[in-house]
Amino acid sequence: MTQVNRIKGGQVDRDTTLDFTFNGKTMQGHPGDTLASALLANGQRLVGRSFKYHRPRGILTAGSEEPNALVHLRTGAHLESNTRATVAELYDGLSATSQNHRGSLEFDLMAITDMLSPFLSAGFYYKTFMWPKSFWEKVYEPAIRKSAGLGSLSMLEDPDSYDKGFLHCDLLVIGAGPAGLSAALTAGRSGARVILADEDFAIGGRLNAETMEVDGMAGADWAMQAVSELAAMDNVRLMTRTTVYGAYDHGIYGALERCTDHLASSGGKPRQILWRIYSRRAVLAAGATERPIAFGNNDRPGIMLAGAVRTYANRYGVTPGQQLAVFTNNDDGWRTAADLATKGVSVKAIIDTRDAPAVMDVPGARHIRNAAVLNTTGRKGLKSITLTDDQVIDVDCLAVSGGWSPNVHLTCHQRGRPEWREDICAFVPGRELPPGMAVAGAAGGAMTLAAALSEGRDLANAQIRDLGFKASRKAAPKAEDEPRECSAFWHVRQTKNRAWLDQQNDVTVKDVKQAYREGFRSVEHLKRYTTLGMATDQGKTANIPALAIMAECTGKSLQDTGTTIFRPPYTPIPLGALGGRARGKDFRPTRLTPSHEWASANGATFVEVGNWLRAQWFARPGEKGWRDSVDREVEMTRASVGICDVTTLGKIDVQGKDAAEFLNKIYANAFGKLAVGKVRYGLMLREDGICYDDGTAARMSENHFVMTTTTANAVLVFRRMEFARQCLWPDMDVHLISTTDGWAQFAVAGPNARNLLRKVVDEKHDLSNEAFPFMGCGEISVCGGTPARLFRISFSGELAYEVAVPARYGNAMMAALMQAGEEFDAVPYGTEALGVMRIEKGHAAGNELNGQTTALNLGLGGMVSKKKDCIGNILSERPEMNREDAIRLVGFQPVNKAEKLTAGAHFITKGDEANMDNDQGWMTSVAYSPNLGHSIGLGFIKRGHARMGETLRAVSPVHGTEVEVEIVSAHFIDPEGERLRA
Amino acid sequence: MIINHPHLGPRDAAEFVYLGDASLIDRPDWQAEDAAEKFYEYGYLRDNPAGLHQELWYHEQGDRSWLVVTRDTLTHEISKVELARDVARARGRSK
Repeated sequence: MTQVNRIKGGQVDRDTTLDFTFNGKTMQGHPGDTLASALLANGQRLVGRSFKYHRPRGILTAGSEEPNALVHLRTGAHLESNTRATVAELYDGLSATSQNHRGSLEFDLMAITDMLSPFLSAGFYYKTFMWPKSFWEKVYEPAIRKSAGLGSLSMLEDPDSYDKGFLHCDLLVIGAGPAGLSAALTAGRSGARVILADEDFAIGGRLNAETMEVDGMAGADWAMQAVSELAAMDNVRLMTRTTVYGAYDHGIYGALERCTDHLASSGGKPRQILWRIYSRRAVLAAGATERPIAFGNNDRPGIMLAGAVRTYANRYGVTPGQQLAVFTNNDDGWRTAADLATKGVSVKAIIDTRDAPAVMDVPGARHIRNAAVLNTTGRKGLKSITLTDDQVIDVDCLAVSGGWSPNVHLTCHQRGRPEWREDICAFVPGRELPPGMAVAGAAGGAMTLAAALSEGRDLANAQIRDLGFKASRKAAPKAEDEPRECSAFWHVRQTKNRAWLDQQNDVTVKDVKQAYREGFRSVEHLKRYTTLGMATDQGKTANIPALAIMAECTGKSLQDTGTTIFRPPYTPIPLGALGGRARGKDFRPTRLTPSHEWASANGATFVEVGNWLRAQWFARPGEKGWRDSVDREVEMTRASVGICDVTTLGKIDVQGKDAAEFLNKIYANAFGKLAVGKVRYGLMLREDGICYDDGTAARMSENHFVMTTTTANAVLVFRRMEFARQCLWPDMDVHLISTTDGWAQFAVAGPNARNLLRKVVDEKHDLSNEAFPFMGCGEISVCGGTPARLFRISFSGELAYEVAVPARYGNAMMAALMQAGEEFDAVPYGTEALGVMRIEKGHAAGNELNGQTTALNLGLGGMVSKKKDCIGNILSERPEMNREDAIRLVGFQPVNKAEKLTAGAHFITKGDEANMDNDQGWMTSVAYSPNLGHSIGLGFIKRGHARMGETLRAVSPVHGTEVEVEIVSAHFIDPEGERLRA
Repeated sequence: MIINHPHLGPRDAAEFVYLGDASLIDRPDWQAEDAAEKFYEYGYLRDNPAGLHQELWYHEQGDRSWLVVTRDTLTHEISKVELARDVARARGRSK
């Protein structure tokens, strides 16, 4: 196919020809074309099928407001659906396919839905598919989803990369049309840091689409000149292909830069960058969007907005048709007729709804005044139009102008509401703008070129003057005020055919009237009932005419009818761009323990614990499953000695004269009198009396404590302690440092723990039970002078220590401990064995400290001091939390020892039905105890402490298990604690 | 949002963690006769003003200061930022 519709002029590079394919057919275009202009140049009017009725559709606009011309761009994993052909830049080898049809685009099998349209009006799915109810999920919804819709996904992982970036400026200018260029030039000359952003790849906005002059030269040439001046300024950043999509608090704007979308391949560069722009001031110069008029069958390919037809002719050197007519309610539509006639296109008629004289002279065109288009013919492309006086005109392109709507979107992102201006038949920004923003040019209702240029200058001057810059004295560029009279004419009442408002969602005039009749009259209800203004274009062309029709129905003014709320983004933002680099394993940082390298080299299987990767178990050759490894680690630890990296526990250094008193406030149990060289278990409550976290605090010296938190709460506890320090007891002499990453810490547990440590700890330190008893702590040195800390604490119930060294020695320390342990057959153990041993010992962990349980529930009620001021003790005394039948943490074992317990099972008395009324508590943690040779569990049950020996059922309907269990002490191993103190 | 930190100047809200109403500074006296009632109010009752609101923000990705930010909940305008420690002292808190 040749470029049958290519005409003279335009800004495309005719010396270079680009090949592209549309639905497999090869076509040609030029650099500077969009996919839409190239399709039109090749005479391709039909480009897609509509959302609901599968109507043949063409290109309506020449910009990002396009509702119809959505295509699948690229192939394979690079495929992107719902790409607007009107903004997709042409490159050599581009491949596009049309969306939403079964069979070919020309013969869509689903087009039958168009004939069913009487049954598919607004809200049809709410009414038609109500029953039987069970059919919705299985039958109706899948069927509707299959037949309706836009593009489809590749279902492959996105191979492109996306970045995020931050920019700062004095003045952000949004839109590089005449107003934006004038503003940027003015502010740039003053020395202010300026960012000028435009969604288009060419700077100039409508100047590139019009034939108007600025400063005595063609508008597009003036724009080029402005670009060179701005590009030479170090204080100005020009950002093309960049959509400023949202106005956020305090001068922050979101912007999406499409870096490589216009190239055949990204070449490894980020495809798009999501920018966060911090501006002190902003000038919004986003221009205006033309809107259509509704009349019968106004959705045929070949019926386009008048401004778009002009854009294709003037900017791209393409005429959308050979026989043109213009249908307008305003002066601006006439420019299309004049411009195309000048380029030699046959303009047969100008149909003006107004009873007014010709706006300009258009050779060869009939001026039909006080008339309108009633209906059209041409299933897959416009053939003729019928006017209200029944005359028929054969045309293949109809340019429609219903007037222009200022792009007020960003002015409304902070709840601003637009106001109706009768004189220009449009909503303009309301008085409440986002702080720091001024609106220049057509976006603010200054609809002529001269007004845009001078407003851009004046508002930029006012903005930078406020910031302390000297205003520019240079006058605004000169241009003429073009004719801009308009009238409020929204739809052709006489028409009996379907008249389309929202082509993306197939919403007609009739649908709006039906919504009115059925009571969905507020604009927000109208939107949700009819789907008007939804999806990728958010009704940029459709909304205002539809609101006007609703206003007609209700008899209200447009001001009182209002608009739906404008929310970011202005145009769609790919999820990939929002995600940026934070995907897959890069979603969040990975923290490695100091002994990670040693663990990797020694067969560790790792588990994610928050951001941490911890060794879960260390498999040995011949072990068939994880249980083999875990059982062995537990047995060997209890038999001799085991070593575990416990660095992930939160560590907080607490120092100051009031450190002890401060901990006394933080912990529910007493800390004031803890002796130097001693460690104490500490329980933290929330202010509401529920248990929050637990750990240990070691008094290293009079004014120095080292405390630990659980791994999960390390950050939160530190935050809370800073709150207490700064906000609750601001005059306490106490300081906090998080040292979680600073110290590597290892548990050395088992009867040979002391023997092993004696080989590592420097000789001068006495580790005897008398010199270093249970719950002792001290500063020591290891391996010949390496500073270290030793704590004699035990989570496993064995004779155990935790030894800490500066993190950089962590990996070497692990190796040294293992080497020293060889003669004792020392074993490294992971989080699973750690868990088994703490369950065997009856220690509470995350499953028990679950944010719902009290100290009383945990059997630690006696620890909560009532004689001091500490967080949580007052509300922990509430009667409901101290009921006699409160749940208590106890142990459980199966009556039949061969049976396995299930965590999450609920306790039900034998003979009772397993329901919530009979629920007595639940199993929190279970494990297979290699020492006892059967399954054991911890759990909460009402009055558990007084029910030792009782048997009942542990029922888990979720897992389908039911086991008879006996209530036993939670301390399965060494209940007297003799091993700890050995 | 941007919070103008008293020590560090304007910082992005993403560096902060939000806690809530600055009345959390006013922790009741544990020895008062009606301590239980007062702690209940302290723990559970908050005003929900449409307009100026004093709230606690923590500069976790920064200098770890707790701040009292006076923010208009209708416009997000921030009219005042103080160190929470100073506010706490001014409200009579000490040790």
